Amino acid sequence: MVDVAASGLESSMKHKVEMLDIKGLKASAGEKEILRGISLSVGKGEIHAIMGPNGSGKSTLAQVLAGNPAFEVTAGSVSFEGRDLLEMPPEARAQAGIFLAFQYPIEIPGVSNAYFLRSAYNEVRKARGEDEVDPMEFVGIVEDKLKLVDIDPEMLNRSVNVGFSGGEKKRNEILQLAVLEPKLAILDETDSGLDIDALHTVADGVNKLRNRNRSFIVVTHYQRLLNYIVPDYVHVLSNGRIVKSGDKQLALELEEKGYDWLAEHHAREGAPALSGR
Amino acid sequence: MSSQIDSLIAREYAAGFVTDIEQDTLPPGLDEDVVREISRLKAEPPFMLEWRLKAYRRWLTMKEPHWPNVHYDAIDYQGASYFSAPRKKTLLGSLEDVDPEILKTYEKLGIPLLEQKRLAGVAVDAIFDSVSVGTTMRDELAKHGIIFCSFGEAVRDHPELVEKYLGSVVPYSDNFFAALNSAVFSDGSFCYVPKGVRSPMELSTYFRINAADTGQFERTLIVADEGAYVSYLEGCTAPKRDTNQLHAAVVELVALKGATVKYSTVQNWYAGDKEGRGGIYNFVTKRGKAYENAKISWTQVETGSAITWKYPSVILQGDNSTGEFYSVAVVNNHQQADTGTKMIHVGKNTKSTIVSKGISAGQGNNSYRGRVFVSPRADGARNYTQCDSMLVGNRCGAHTFPYIEVANKNAIVEHEASTSKIGEDQIFYLKQRGLSAEQAVSMIVSGFCKEVFKELPMEFALEAQQLLGITLEGSVG
Repeated sequence: MVDVAASGLESSMKHKVEMLDIKGLKASAGEKEILRGISLSVGKGEIHAIMGPNGSGKSTLAQVLAGNPAFEVTAGSVSFEGRDLLEMPPEARAQAGIFLAFQYPIEIPGVSNAYFLRSAYNEVRKARGEDEVDPMEFVGIVEDKLKLVDIDPEMLNRSVNVGFSGGEKKRNEILQLAVLEPKLAILDETDSGLDIDALHTVADGVNKLRNRNRSFIVVTHYQRLLNYIVPDYVHVLSNGRIVKSGDKQLALELEEKGYDWLAEHHAREGAPALSGR
Repeated sequence: MSSQIDSLIAREYAAGFVTDIEQDTLPPGLDEDVVREISRLKAEPPFMLEWRLKAYRRWLTMKEPHWPNVHYDAIDYQGASYFSAPRKKTLLGSLEDVDPEILKTYEKLGIPLLEQKRLAGVAVDAIFDSVSVGTTMRDELAKHGIIFCSFGEAVRDHPELVEKYLGSVVPYSDNFFAALNSAVFSDGSFCYVPKGVRSPMELSTYFRINAADTGQFERTLIVADEGAYVSYLEGCTAPKRDTNQLHAAVVELVALKGATVKYSTVQNWYAGDKEGRGGIYNFVTKRGKAYENAKISWTQVETGSAITWKYPSVILQGDNSTGEFYSVAVVNNHQQADTGTKMIHVGKNTKSTIVSKGISAGQGNNSYRGRVFVSPRADGARNYTQCDSMLVGNRCGAHTFPYIEVANKNAIVEHEASTSKIGEDQIFYLKQRGLSAEQAVSMIVSGFCKEVFKELPMEFALEAQQLLGITLEGSVG
């Protein structure tokens, strides 16, 4: 599965099939502009890491792609498989194959994880023109996925994310990812709050879900996660713009020199924000 | 936030159709002659007429209560008709003779009455406007000695039981609406489960208001003799009309020594339109009396009616008796609900549990009102109350009025309450997984109500959940 990364920047660019194309995206929360012109394109099967200091707009980018109404898009365009993503409501984006693994998964008291998962699964199936599955069929489907992220089946009977530990919540997000089989998965700081063992489990699950048709955007503050989920590209966000893009070496460089290095470097060069590539 | 939550168009009320049949309706107005006429039309024995007249005279001295947290224009008690019945006479016990239009009505509502299409394992008494049009499964029940019939039949065939228990829990003098009901009630359901018998099936009454400008006043009396068990379900719907209609029912439950009565309601009377025009005024008195070691459990899902005013209560008369109240009340658009319960601890070591979930959407107003009373002799009495409110949007209201009176030092009374707003973040999370806003709200609210839904019999839990979704449809944009 890691062959995409191994094949290197050059060759993968040549055979690139466009999945997501972001152009000049600006977004704000209330009066405050957070994304200040992001351009990025993600090809089929690629893994892009988005790094950056706190407040750089990483999570906002993830939320805006998923359609969170708390943010207003003020400029730019986003196309997903040729469709105008910004025109689509959040549920239509989900049904079209965009999945966001939340940084802070939300609790839904009284709703069992199994019921929630099956409802979501059926909505996605309906959108693909497939039949809904009943609870019995679903048990069979979810069983294999549970193993993937090392989740105790008992967790299916608990209320969605209620009383889950930080690690359980993150694993639950990956379980949903595994069940819903999206085309584009956005992981928003999935590594935050995880100890090293939990990080292993989660990364392992993600790696098993990698394939030539599924793209990932991995948002992270730390390089650590990228040791396990190896990206094809790394983009650094600062102050709502992509200030540098490169391959996985960029992440290592950042780890060594810190984000300040990049900010200084960027200021010294006086260069315009780098685009996706 | 508020831009997200906004009012959309509510889905059509599916039960809002009118059945076109010939009906005999008394002219509008209420006086002693009307009371006498109702009693005559029903061929009642003298004790019933006497009781009605006492109730009527008492009612004349009473004032409509205005302490509930609801607002409505004055009701014209002389403007409504107090009796309406389908013209075609039904031979008692013979469903095949029921007007086919009426059978169709129930079928449309998902309550087939005829033998071949009957709901498995549920006996139904169908009340159409003021009268019972048919009771199913009665032969099967009779094998167990269970009497399940319309109130009118009970008065005719089992007058001794009616005379003994009628008014024994809710006296005619109890309150304004109970007095009115006692004077003019036309029919209802009656059930008697003999000593030691466990009812082999769920019993249910399905109330349907059809005629315009009539009030519906039915009365239900359920008696579970010593050690008996019965689970009872009640459903209700009405056509959509621009005018308000009064529904003032009384339900009395008697659980004798060691008996259990479980009473579940899914109330879906017409709620009025988006602007608050029309809808049923649901002013109902429900109360049970639990004797030694007996248990009475009320579960209600209130989604309909323009105004709901009801407090299904338990008098914990006997030692070691138990009372339960599980309630979901939903208001949307301009609906108002003032509902809750009373748990009156009289006997020693009596226990009561109250779980109330109020959901307010649109410009709806929802009040929980509950009274827990522990008498001086109720040593070891225990009550636990949990009262949660959820707000959908920012034009609705949720209120809680708990009254706790404890006159015994050994009693333990707990009260927990919470108010929450449905989370924008929860809705977005579910949408991101492919669910529509409405599915999301419905799922979140169902989760909120889970503790109550699990008390409902299986087939009704599903119906209740669906109704909840319909009631809240359009509450989130």
